[in-house]
Order: sequence, then structure tokens, then C-alpha cells
Amino acid sequence: MVTEMKDYTPNIEVQKENILNVNNLEIFYGEKRAVNGISMDIEENTITALIGPSGCGKSTFLRSINRMNDLIPGAFAKGEIIYEGLNILSNNINVGALRKEIGMVFQKPNPFPKSIYENITHALKFSGLKKKSQLNEIVEESLTKAALWDEVKDRLHESALSLSGGQQQRLCIARTIAMKPTVMLLDEPSSALDPISNAKVEELIVELKNDYSIVIVTHNMQQASRISDKTAFFLNGDLVEFDQTEKIFTNPSVKKTEEYISGRFG
Amino acid sequence: MTYFRGVIFFMEKLVPAKERLLKSQKNWMNGEVRGKIIVFICAIIMISATIAITIFLGTKGLQSFIKNGVSLIEFLTGKQWNPSDQAKPQYGALPFIFGSFTVTFLAALIAAPLGIGGAIFMTEIAPSWGRKILQPVIELLVGIPSVVYGFIGLTVLVPFIRVHFGGLGFSLLSGMIVLSIMILPTITTIATDAMSSLPKTLREGSYALGATRWQTIRKVLIPAAIPSLLTAIVLGMARAFGEALAVQMVIGNVKTMPHSILDASGTLTTIITLNMGYTTFGSPENNILWSMGLLLLIMSFAFILLIRYLSSRRKI
Ligand SMILES: Nc1ncnc2c1ncn2[C@@H]1O[C@H](COP(=O)(O)OP(=O)(O)O)[C@@H](O)[C@H]1O
Ligand SMILES: [Mg+2]
Repeated sequence: MVTEMKDYTPNIEVQKENILNVNNLEIFYGEKRAVNGISMDIEENTITALIGPSGCGKSTFLRSINRMNDLIPGAFAKGEIIYEGLNILSNNINVGALRKEIGMVFQKPNPFPKSIYENITHALKFSGLKKKSQLNEIVEESLTKAALWDEVKDRLHESALSLSGGQQQRLCIARTIAMKPTVMLLDEPSSALDPISNAKVEELIVELKNDYSIVIVTHNMQQASRISDKTAFFLNGDLVEFDQTEKIFTNPSVKKTEEYISGRFG
Repeated sequence: MTYFRGVIFFMEKLVPAKERLLKSQKNWMNGEVRGKIIVFICAIIMISATIAITIFLGTKGLQSFIKNGVSLIEFLTGKQWNPSDQAKPQYGALPFIFGSFTVTFLAALIAAPLGIGGAIFMTEIAPSWGRKILQPVIELLVGIPSVVYGFIGLTVLVPFIRVHFGGLGFSLLSGMIVLSIMILPTITTIATDAMSSLPKTLREGSYALGATRWQTIRKVLIPAAIPSLLTAIVLGMARAFGEALAVQMVIGNVKTMPHSILDASGTLTTIITLNMGYTTFGSPENNILWSMGLLLLIMSFAFILLIRYLSSRRKI
């Protein structure tokens, strides 16, 4: 006898937990406001893409999530970014500890002028990890995750600067992975790379989604639509629209978004 | 093996966010604070030493004007120098001020083109072998003590000038040649750093437009590096201005104003070193030497201000 099974699967996607809640975030460079009070929730194990024309505040926003803007004299933020119940913009945050959990990869690969191996162990060592066997294990694990292990396993002690641009960028991702962050912030991580390296980095980012929450700035529409789950469109410091990537690229609610995506400006 | 997100400190258990992420006493006492304290102490020692010297020199140097009633105008513009005259002491330091400036500018006039030329040679023309030869030469020049420069000047240069150009040989000319060799390494080193820190893309950008090497050097690289090159020259001049020993051995140390480049002269530094042993501390003759010292300090501040101004123009 066949009983009809009731389908309990909801139509909408399963709601993931939010890892970051951004509330009314404003960011200033001195007098000048670069981000105008944005609010958005960033989900766990999700790739969130930030798109928008140059100078609209994507990098500024991204860098505020791990307090990199602290390094810019005169830069300050108002509002809040809640991470694990804490406002990470507040003064009593230990930014060093925060940046270990919220890692960042930059547009131009910036490996240290040290060996490949030391590039990975650099931060681990000053975080108190000294045991050789452990370090070796993490080096292999993070290089493997960054899809670089096979290419460099025989030359771990050569200079990181001898790697190609794409390899250097994956090394930078690997050294971020080695810290076991929860969130990874990527600022146009493949825009300086050739198409093949770009494809590899993209593949890697999608792979990383299983373990990390990823926020990625990209100039490349195709890239955003290919790899991200949610997309936020920025314009002149405002968050114009934030939704499922599919929705943004097929049926955006705001006219400006549609115009930007179809290449009418930007 | 387990280690948790970011927080390798807490290997075994996952610690609540508050303990991981908030500043705590523990963070406070780690290397961060110790490092800060060490750096602070270094800075404070440096600053207080500088301030102490400045104050000491300031008070000593002003004595002659305040206590001994020397007129500042006379000091700066008078041409008669006779501080030990019992009846009518005269404190005109103009010949020495003039001597100091002249010998400094003349030395820079020789050393600047040589140094910058050498720098361009090392960075642009023959970066491989040129650098390999010139670099050790320059390092050697730095290592030679000033007394040796003076000694060579005294035994080689002074007689040479006496024979071939006339005069005593002890002259502004000898002083300027010795000084220019002494400041050459300063100028060359800083100029080389300036040229080689220019981004490679700048060169490529120019060559890609069809410019020749010489055009690139003259129209792109030198203009881009000019603030640093000027800084190099000014630093060299500051060194020349303060140099005493070598100059003293070749310049003649007379009290009169030089009228030609072959005349003997004196500089602020040489008069101080020559006379400080013969005057008693606190006497007017001694105090006026401190005033000259103060003048040297003020000049070196002026050089520093000039350097700052020049390097701030970099941000174009
Ligand atoms: N260090 C800075 N100092 C002052 N203004 C800055 C700085 N960095 C960025 N800005 C300004 O902030 C705005 C946003 O810049 P940014 O976040 O880099 O844009 P995006 O990454 O979207 O291209 C721009 O107008 C830019 O000029
Ligand atoms: Mg940017």
C-alpha cells in the first residue's frame, strides 16, 4: 500500500544563520562619508558578493568588517557590525584576535618575501603554535584546501615571490585559511589574475564556502553571478539592493540595479 | 588535531566570543605593551637629549649677548674678530659665517653633479657592474676618517694649489675640494636610493612611448626623484657645514674675509675648534665661541626645515 508522503520541504531555501549583522553602518574618511548608513545580514557558509562602480564604498565596507580601516588615519565608523554577539566596531575589541577570525585577501597578491612554508607559518608562530609537526600539518592542510599543494609541495622552502601571480594569490588564501577564520573577506581577489588563474581561484572560493562565510568584492558581473549566493549592489556609498544573486541578476527590484547589471553605467 | 578558528591560543576548548575578542588584562601584559614601553623609552631619551643640548647651547650661546653685551648685529655683520683684545675686544664673525657658507655651497656645487651622476650611472646606465664597482668605492669613502682627508689635503692638495695656482695653498679652494669628496658618499647614497625606489612602471611607461634612455632619465626619472635628490644635496651640505677637522687642516684659518677662491679663510667650526682650548670657561672669549655653536645649531635646524619642505613636495 502506498501512502502519500507529505512533502515537508519548504519551498523557500533553508534559512541559514547570520554570521554578521550590519546595522546602520556609516564610514568616514575625515569629513568625507564613504558609506552612508547601510544595514545587511551576512549569512553563514554563504558567498556574499559586493558589486558596484569604482569608488562606491565596497572596499571601505569590506575593510571595516575586520577593522583594517583602523590603519587609515582619520577613518572611523559609526553604527554596528555584530559578530558573535559583540559589536566589533567598539573600542574594547582586540583587533588582532578579531582579524584572526575574520581574515582578508587583497586585490594584489601580497605574499611576504619569505619561503612558501614560512608564509603560512608566519602568523601561526606568533599566535603561539610552535610545534614543528603541527605546523607541517597545517601547512599541508591549508595549501591543499587552497588547491596549491600539488604545485608547491616540492618547493616549500623556495621564495614565495618565485610563484606566479595566481599561485601567489592562492598562497595568500592558504595563509588566511591556516588561521582557521570564520569569515573570509576577499577584495577583488582575482582581478589581477589571468583567466586560468582566475578560474582556479573562483573554483577555490566556491569550495571554501563549505567551511567559511565569504564576502567578496568583485568588479566582474559574471563572477558575481557565477559564484555568489547573495549579491549586494552599492552605489555612492548606499546599499541599493541586497538579495539572492539569482534575483538580482534576473529580476532586480530597483531600476538602478538593473541598469548597472545590464551595463548601462558603471 | 583540533585547533579552533583563529584562536590558536585556546587549543582545547572553544572559548566564548567575549573572552576571545575583547581586550583583556592578558592582552595588556603581553609583548604588545612591552614593545610599546621600550619604544617609548627610546623616544623619550632621544627627545630629552636633543632638548637638553639645545637648551644648554641656547643659554650658553646667548650669554655673550646678554651678559657680555656683545651686539648681535656686530656678531653677524662685523668683519673684525679680536675677542681677546683686553682694551677693545671685537666680535665680528662675518668672515667665518661667510667662510662656512661659501665653502659649503662650493663643495655642494662639485659634489651634487658628481653624486647624482654616479647615482644615475649605478641605477640606470650600468646597474649590474657599475653598482658593483661604485658601491664599494662609496662605502670606502664613508669609512675614511676626516683627519685622514685633512692630512691628504694638507700634504697633496695644498702644495699642488700653491705651485699651480698661486697663493699659500691654504685656501677656500682646498677646503671645498676636500669637503666635496667628503660629502660625495652622502649625496650619492641617498640619490641612488631615490632613483632605485622609483617604480619600474615609470621607466616602462616612458620607454613604451618610444623615449630613449637619456630622454627617460632626463624627462621622467630625474623630475620624479627631484625632491629626494634635493634632500640628498641638502643633507650633504649640512654635513659640510658642520665638518671641522679636515677643513681646518687645509683652509688656513685666518680672521680676514677671503677675496678670492685662492685666499685662506676660516669657518665657524674651525674657529671653535682652534680657540676652545685657549679660552677659559665663562669668559667673553669663550662665550662668543658658544654663540658660534648656537649659530651652527640654528643653521642645522634651517637645513632640516629645508629638507622637510623639499620632501613634503614629493606628494604630487
Ligand atoms: N584612504 C582613503 N582616504 C580618503 N578617502 C578614501 C580612502 N580610501 C577610499 N576613499 C574614498 O572612499 C570612497 C570609496 O572608496 P572604496 O571603498 O575604495 O571604493 P570601491 O572599493 O567601491 O571602489 C571613494 O570615494 C574613495 O575616494
Ligand atoms: Mg576597491
